[in-house]
Amino acid sequence: MNETQLSNNESRITMAHGGGGIQSQELIQGIFASHFSNPILNAMGDAAIVEIPRTYLAYTTDSYVVKPIFFPGGDIGKLAVCGTVNDLAVSGARAIYMTAGFIIEEGFEFKQLESIVASMATVARACGIMIVAGDTKVVEKGNCDGIFINTSGIGQLFVKQAMTSSRIETGDVIIINGSIADHGMAIMSAREGLSMDTSIESDCAPLNSLAEHLSAAVPNIKFMRDATRGGLATVLCEAVGENNFGIEIDESKIPLKEGTAAACELLGIDPLYVANEGKLVAVVPADSAEVALATMQSHPQGKESEIIGCVTEDNVGKVNLITTIGSRRLITMLSGEQLPRIC
Amino acid sequence: MKYITEYRDREKANAIANRIVAVAKDQSMTIMEVCGTHTMALARFGIRQILPQNINLISGPGCPVCVTPNRYLDHAIALARQDNTIICTFGDMIKVPGSTSSLESERARGQDIRIVYSTLDALELARNNIDKEIIFLGVGFETTAPTIAASIDIASRQSISNYSVLCANKVVPPALLALLSGRTEIDGFILPGHVSTIIGSESYTPIFEKHPVACSIAGFEPSDMLEAIYELAVQISSGDPKLHNSYRRVVTANGNIKAKALLNRIFEASDAEWRGIGNIPESGLSIRDEFSSYDAAKKFNVTIEETVEPAGCRCGEILTGNIKPADCPLFGNNCTPSHPIGACMVSSEGTCAAHFKYGS
Repeated sequence: MNETQLSNNESRITMAHGGGGIQSQELIQGIFASHFSNPILNAMGDAAIVEIPRTYLAYTTDSYVVKPIFFPGGDIGKLAVCGTVNDLAVSGARAIYMTAGFIIEEGFEFKQLESIVASMATVARACGIMIVAGDTKVVEKGNCDGIFINTSGIGQLFVKQAMTSSRIETGDVIIINGSIADHGMAIMSAREGLSMDTSIESDCAPLNSLAEHLSAAVPNIKFMRDATRGGLATVLCEAVGENNFGIEIDESKIPLKEGTAAACELLGIDPLYVANEGKLVAVVPADSAEVALATMQSHPQGKESEIIGCVTEDNVGKVNLITTIGSRRLITMLSGEQLPRIC
Repeated sequence: MKYITEYRDREKANAIANRIVAVAKDQSMTIMEVCGTHTMALARFGIRQILPQNINLISGPGCPVCVTPNRYLDHAIALARQDNTIICTFGDMIKVPGSTSSLESERARGQDIRIVYSTLDALELARNNIDKEIIFLGVGFETTAPTIAASIDIASRQSISNYSVLCANKVVPPALLALLSGRTEIDGFILPGHVSTIIGSESYTPIFEKHPVACSIAGFEPSDMLEAIYELAVQISSGDPKLHNSYRRVVTANGNIKAKALLNRIFEASDAEWRGIGNIPESGLSIRDEFSSYDAAKKFNVTIEETVEPAGCRCGEILTGNIKPADCPLFGNNCTPSHPIGACMVSSEGTCAAHFKYGS
């Protein structure tokens, strides 16, 4: 049975699709296997049998519960693959295999599910990662919000040394590959209840190719991190952590799109703390900064890359921001969630 | 002209700061920013740092969430516990602790509490859930009050009977009058830009005539606030207080006449309780009797728990500019944005939240 027949016969997910019987089989064959098809998955064992190269591996897991499921610039499926690939990429690993577990709410539309799965397959193919195992559970209506996806991913290290913040030294330079806060503000704008007429698109994109290019051009790169939940500010705060240095960034150098900036102003939200899904923060030695910047800017995912700051000897353990008017303020970890302001 | 970047220019900001230094010389000046959005903007742009040390900025009571008393939250929580009820609120209110619970805790226990960005979204919920009561938590100053008045106006015109407002809206001028009557050490006031956009600069004239003190209405960009501080420094140093408008690109003498008319049609002035300050005559807005079917306080008879104030919390003194957040023993220790004890730590415009977040 192919997916078209499936969609025509029954347009919504029922509890039977999670029951393990014929309908479950139809769902797996009709949607998942047909989109994700690869020799390892097609074996349909209880576990995927994969070949592991003789090397160091990076191994990650993440869950995706984004609302709305479809948003300007992507959907939960694209997000799930990009998120997994990016966690591996910034750890200096080339994504090779991933798994995907789907928790689907009874009544979910087949058409939507297929669209999500198709976008996962498209991104996975583009990133060269194989989805080798999966699982589907259906829960009663009301017990989950449409669809949740859990993934795990395995990547092969392409850097010689694992990238940790402890390798960062005074004088190193901090680079970001483009504008911040687009994903978070796209989600907020698209969410039910916020009738804001905006054209903000999520930056959701795979960073594997950019990360690998950069690591090849600058082998002594110290640290990479994708600035997802908690935004740029959180990545920098985590980088200083307990280490023996400080970080100073220049607000006027941080790329921020006009529409995104306006939405942040309107809602009283600090863009430094807003989630990104395609932004990579790299720390490189000062003498490699130019090469790193040029490499990033010549890559499709890094055209708007900017040097935004540097690592300092003073202000140990602190992140300082030079504001647009030239003052300094401390950037701290976000405590609680950012709430839209009242007036 | 983008109306943002021009007002965040480094050279321009420093030029104004230099003018402030030249005018203020060594004279000590205490200036209160009344509005919470000013508090946040001062911290966010690091404006204090480029001002001379002798200019002391203190925060006022202009954060609507912060001045909302516990009793109101307890009332909202009691309403949330009713069957078939959806509480709609602006996001800032959700974490504010009431006497024994908060809207966030109630939501976790299964009560239907939703964050909306506009009263129109709450009305839409009312239209789509005719078997439920939709109660909007009306908190805010003259800036948000017209949108709440508009929702009652629309509900009444369209006969939406399952919508009501629990009203704790407040107005700024009587609070300013109360502050001026009790305090003498404040040399000047940065008056709120958004509120003044609605009420107009003339609204302050009666207060100014009674208590002449340096006043300047300010916008929220660094240059706006610095210009207002410069203007105040000129007035204070010359001993010639004025009611000045530094935010002329937005604030007019008469304000938004349509919004004021709407406010007047739906609401009437009433005495109101301000957290930490107490009762201020005529400082609240109550829904007029004509629209009482949209007044959640009158529509629903609920038992409200006994009010308990948090032990050790000094929000009241912070809201009146008597102490700074660091002077409160709870600040940063027991009271943080993730575990707030007082309202000033919850709201994004709260003085404590601003000091905590921006480390000033």
